[in-house]
Amino acid sequence: MSLEEYKGVFIFAQQVDNEITPVALELLGKAKELASSLETKEVTAVLVGYEVGGLVDRLARYGADRVIVVDDPALKDYRTEPYTQALVAVIKEFKPEILLVGATAIGRDLGPRVSSRIHTGLTADCTKLDIGDFPLTNPTKFNLLLMTRPAFGGNTIATIACPDFRPQMATVRPGVMQKITPIEGAKAEVINFDAGIVENDKYTQILEIVREKKSVADISAAKILVSGGRGVGSPENFKILEDLAEVIGGTVSCSRAVVDSGWKPKDLQVGQTGQTVRPQIYFAIGISGAIQHVAGMEESDLIIAINKDENAPIFDVADIGIVGDLNKVVPALTKKIAADLAAKKG
Amino acid sequence: MKVVVCVKQVPDTKGGVKFKPDGTLDRAAMLAIMNPDDKAGLEAALRLKDEYGAEVTVVTMGLPKAEAVLREAYAMGADKGILVTDRVLGGADTWATSSTIAGALRNLEYDLVITGRQAIDGDTAQVGPQISEHLGIPVISYAEDLKIEGDSVIVKRQFEDRYHIVKAKMPCLVTALSELNEPRYMTPGGIFDAFEKEITVWGRADLKDVDDSNLGLKGSPTQIAKASDKVAKGAGTKYTPDSDEEGAQIIFDLLKEKHFI
Repeated sequence: MSLEEYKGVFIFAQQVDNEITPVALELLGKAKELASSLETKEVTAVLVGYEVGGLVDRLARYGADRVIVVDDPALKDYRTEPYTQALVAVIKEFKPEILLVGATAIGRDLGPRVSSRIHTGLTADCTKLDIGDFPLTNPTKFNLLLMTRPAFGGNTIATIACPDFRPQMATVRPGVMQKITPIEGAKAEVINFDAGIVENDKYTQILEIVREKKSVADISAAKILVSGGRGVGSPENFKILEDLAEVIGGTVSCSRAVVDSGWKPKDLQVGQTGQTVRPQIYFAIGISGAIQHVAGMEESDLIIAINKDENAPIFDVADIGIVGDLNKVVPALTKKIAADLAAKKG
Repeated sequence: MKVVVCVKQVPDTKGGVKFKPDGTLDRAAMLAIMNPDDKAGLEAALRLKDEYGAEVTVVTMGLPKAEAVLREAYAMGADKGILVTDRVLGGADTWATSSTIAGALRNLEYDLVITGRQAIDGDTAQVGPQISEHLGIPVISYAEDLKIEGDSVIVKRQFEDRYHIVKAKMPCLVTALSELNEPRYMTPGGIFDAFEKEITVWGRADLKDVDDSNLGLKGSPTQIAKASDKVAKGAGTKYTPDSDEEGAQIIFDLLKEKHFI
């Protein structure tokens, strides 16, 4: 393949039920930044689905210069094969230099299938992307996508390049990259592309779609999280965390142990198999701090841990750790904050 | 019915991650185990054996010591174990790994291939779907539940806010979540038999329809520019206050100082 033919930064604009998934907007923000240090500054969103044309303007407002729309009834609900066909056809026709995909339950299925069909590399679940040279010392290739990702529950970190194949592909962890401030009235060039989607023996059939009820709170967007672990003791006892969250304007989240015990729903779970969060303050209350949990919250600005076990690993990542009884410390803190608020109001 | 399960040997993180004095990972100090999602995949296969008499073959790729996970699979009830090992396969990324495993699987008959969703060391979740692409069969990732109906497999496929019930004609590849089931324990008889049973060892020459340019470090499109064990984030300050009141005060003062309240 002639690598020079491949130009521009593309993102997969994931939509579900005709709604853009937030990570797609985050990818646009990052793509703009990456493109600014490349020759081709244009950012292209690839929008795949059925009757999704109405989403184009939203992508334009968040930074897409161009939107390639693949619209087909076979693409109504996500299935691996027709979506793979769509993306592969776009890559073959438009030859992107870089293709970013959200590391969602869709993206982590679609990405590997597409990269294998194209024969290029794919780096999973990246948390940092830069343009740089490779190898780092005595480089021979220039302006490559350098993809940084944690592995081993966040205990190792690697920067990966794909020097000899195109597009350079990465799935990107949701909640990490920053969206741009939307540009009102922005318009994108729209290309309606016929990807030649045909049913084959790799098709699957969706028999049923069951939407699971979502909690009101979106923990990945919260500025302050009051997170509880097994140490909280019971679902009822989460009341003391809710009280603290209320006075400080935070949201309650939890560890995997809490979800596994059935105390809280899965969408409040922080950690490797839950959500990655980086609030301004993260309270870890009665959370021991397994690496899978830490991987999902260690980027928080300020980590405050309360645990009665002085050897709990959570103290290794906390900025402030209090060895004590959460049943007493938390209500005492809530009371102090409430009193302070009342005093301010005069 | 024939089921092939792909498993990986990984370092155990459950007992805590061990660090060397310089803050880097001490892999040698951690036990090697069968990757949890893969074990759930094996359990799902063994349930198909219990119910339909499926023949269960377990394949692993790795260093010779990865034989241990095949012994464990035997002790749980697997019928056949294949270790794919060869120096030329080392340093493989997910493309080269999936090319290798697909090359091994082309020698086998299968109705269903099961892999774990992801391994706890690499966390990529890529190898399963990539194997399916190399083999040209459908994939259903993130399986929470699985059953057989005629010549099809029906899977409860997890997404963030929903699940799909998806049907695929076999042969098909499914990637399993650890939520799929509770893997059985090894039986004493099984453990005894596990060490009697033979393990098939395949090298490069046994892989079918794979070009050298797709194997090992040289066949890997992605290359590592820099890798480091992340030095554990420096711990902040840990207080063991005399009273809970004092503990609350320490946090309160900090929040004040940072202007959060």
